[in-house]
Amino acid sequence: MIAADRKSRLVWIGLALLLVAAVVLPFLVKNYRVFQFNLVLVYAIAILGLNILTGFNGQFSLGHGAFYAIGAYSAAVLMDRLGMPYWATLPLAGVVCFVFGFLMGFPALRLGSHYLAVATLALALAVPQLLKYKHLEHYTGGVQGIVLVKPEPPFTFRFLDQPLNADRWLYFFTLAVTIVMFVLAWNLLRGRVGRALIAIRDHPIAAAAMGINLPMFKSLTFGVSAAFTGVAGALGAVVIAFVSPDSFTVALSIFLLVGLVVGGLASIPGAFLGAIFIQFVPNIADEMSKSAPAAIYGVLLITLMYLMPTGVMGMVRRLWARWQPGAARPPVNARPGASVPVPPDLTKESTT
Amino acid sequence: MDALIHQIFSGLANGCIYGSIALALVMIYQATHHLNFAQGEMATFSTFIAWALVQRGMPYWAAFAITVAVSFVAGVVIQRIILRPVEKAPVLTNVCVFIGLLLIFNALSGWIFDHTVKAFASPFSQNSVLKTAYFSAHEFGSFLVMLGVLLALFVFFKFTPIGLAMRAAAQNPDSARLVGIRVSWMLAVGWGLAAGIGAVAGMMVAPVVFLDPNMMAGILLYGFAAALLGGVDNPWGAVIGGLIVGVLENLLGAYVIGTELKLTVALVLIVGTLTLMPSGLFGKHVVTRV
Repeated sequence: MIAADRKSRLVWIGLALLLVAAVVLPFLVKNYRVFQFNLVLVYAIAILGLNILTGFNGQFSLGHGAFYAIGAYSAAVLMDRLGMPYWATLPLAGVVCFVFGFLMGFPALRLGSHYLAVATLALALAVPQLLKYKHLEHYTGGVQGIVLVKPEPPFTFRFLDQPLNADRWLYFFTLAVTIVMFVLAWNLLRGRVGRALIAIRDHPIAAAAMGINLPMFKSLTFGVSAAFTGVAGALGAVVIAFVSPDSFTVALSIFLLVGLVVGGLASIPGAFLGAIFIQFVPNIADEMSKSAPAAIYGVLLITLMYLMPTGVMGMVRRLWARWQPGAARPPVNARPGASVPVPPDLTKESTT
Repeated sequence: MDALIHQIFSGLANGCIYGSIALALVMIYQATHHLNFAQGEMATFSTFIAWALVQRGMPYWAAFAITVAVSFVAGVVIQRIILRPVEKAPVLTNVCVFIGLLLIFNALSGWIFDHTVKAFASPFSQNSVLKTAYFSAHEFGSFLVMLGVLLALFVFFKFTPIGLAMRAAAQNPDSARLVGIRVSWMLAVGWGLAAGIGAVAGMMVAPVVFLDPNMMAGILLYGFAAALLGGVDNPWGAVIGGLIVGVLENLLGAYVIGTELKLTVALVLIVGTLTLMPSGLFGKHVVTRV
């Protein structure tokens, strides 16, 4: 008990330190960096959304970029055409994406893992085309997209010789939304619902036998996951102040998947690591060649699958468990022998 | 009426290409129960090889043969090196590896051959005997090539010992291993064949859509739609599914929704097939034992 107490106190102190660091950070760096950190937070929410679906519920999606796009466009249309304030668009974007996700989750119920991957990939490919469609042009702005106005900070002050300008204000706004979303996700996943999702992932038949309403839970998970990613998309639209169909190609969906795998499946803090990865690694790789980021992602994805199938967080968890010999047994998916925390029935399927 | 017939015929020509991509997908699916998401990018890369060879002054058909051979070997090598270690891994691992391959091949195409859109010459000249009232020379030519590929595959699987061994390995790996078939190698040959078919499809489609690293994204989607519509475990179904999808795409594009929403058609086809008719038109019903 004492050990557990100490551990949880350590975690809280760590979180508080992180929060302080996150608050001070924007005043230490240049404007452009602030913008980049902003995007890290946005991607973290999007990856968290994907993680709820894939990591915790074992459903595939190669198409979360589509929900990101829908969220971004909902926010942009609401701000641009209806003149809504930027903060009010986020919940609406979440609701819109929840509905779309729920609808997508419905056919997903009948699809095995591969087929779901194909169907969502098709979704990711189709959405940019739909956004360009001429009958929707009145709302979506067609190929041109929609240019938004960056919100000004409601008040301003100077700290460490840096003013609170639009980018820094947005950073704090994004940070607040991120914290809310992560707390929501944590709350959702730590209790009964989270256990139900994991049970569905690990053994759907047993889960159904225990009285979990499989179709409802799976569709709802799809909806919630899409809603998280949609909120991220809306935030992304506000931060970048521009949306266009070509910013939401299938590559976005794949990058989210890469972020998820790098950060670690079924790990909430892993989303941040994944987001940092997909935001900063392409910048570094870009200096080599235009094609380098994709190549590095590809090589990394395959290497990770061989060496660290549980992602960075899985590795951390494993090392943590090894470091504390007296600690409780490590969680199942962090056992050294286990390959990936995905349902055993998927393994079976591939051999029949 | 003439326009309609022309649309149908050129749909059939496209359908052949979708059908052959579907066939490549089905081959890998039958052997390994995985859908190869990298199939399209591999085919694009092969097409780039052919383009480079033709650019160097090699006659078209020689370049064609070399490309198919290189693709076959590359397919085998990829299976041996990259996919064999994850043969028994969960689906997510496999999907991630496939996506990784997709990214790598896409990046390689762009890196080596540049991102500019290139014209790819058709081997069938506009005035050859192949040109008929409803087919352009290239359409008819690619139709014939695809038919040839199908025939060759049919003969290979039906009448050669390796073909028989491959079918056995796909149908019942355990028993096949007991009678001395090297199942894992059969999978590699399957990969090689799929890569070869993909290369042919890429070379046939490149003159129509022009060559660039993302050429195959939409076509792969149609390939998936074709494979699923025909039944993902039935090679003939894949071809017929491809033809149906090709004609449907052309007719819908010409008369109903315009060409802008072609990928949405594929999305609706895929989701619709999987929801309403999960085993496709000609597929087996799979019953899982609890």
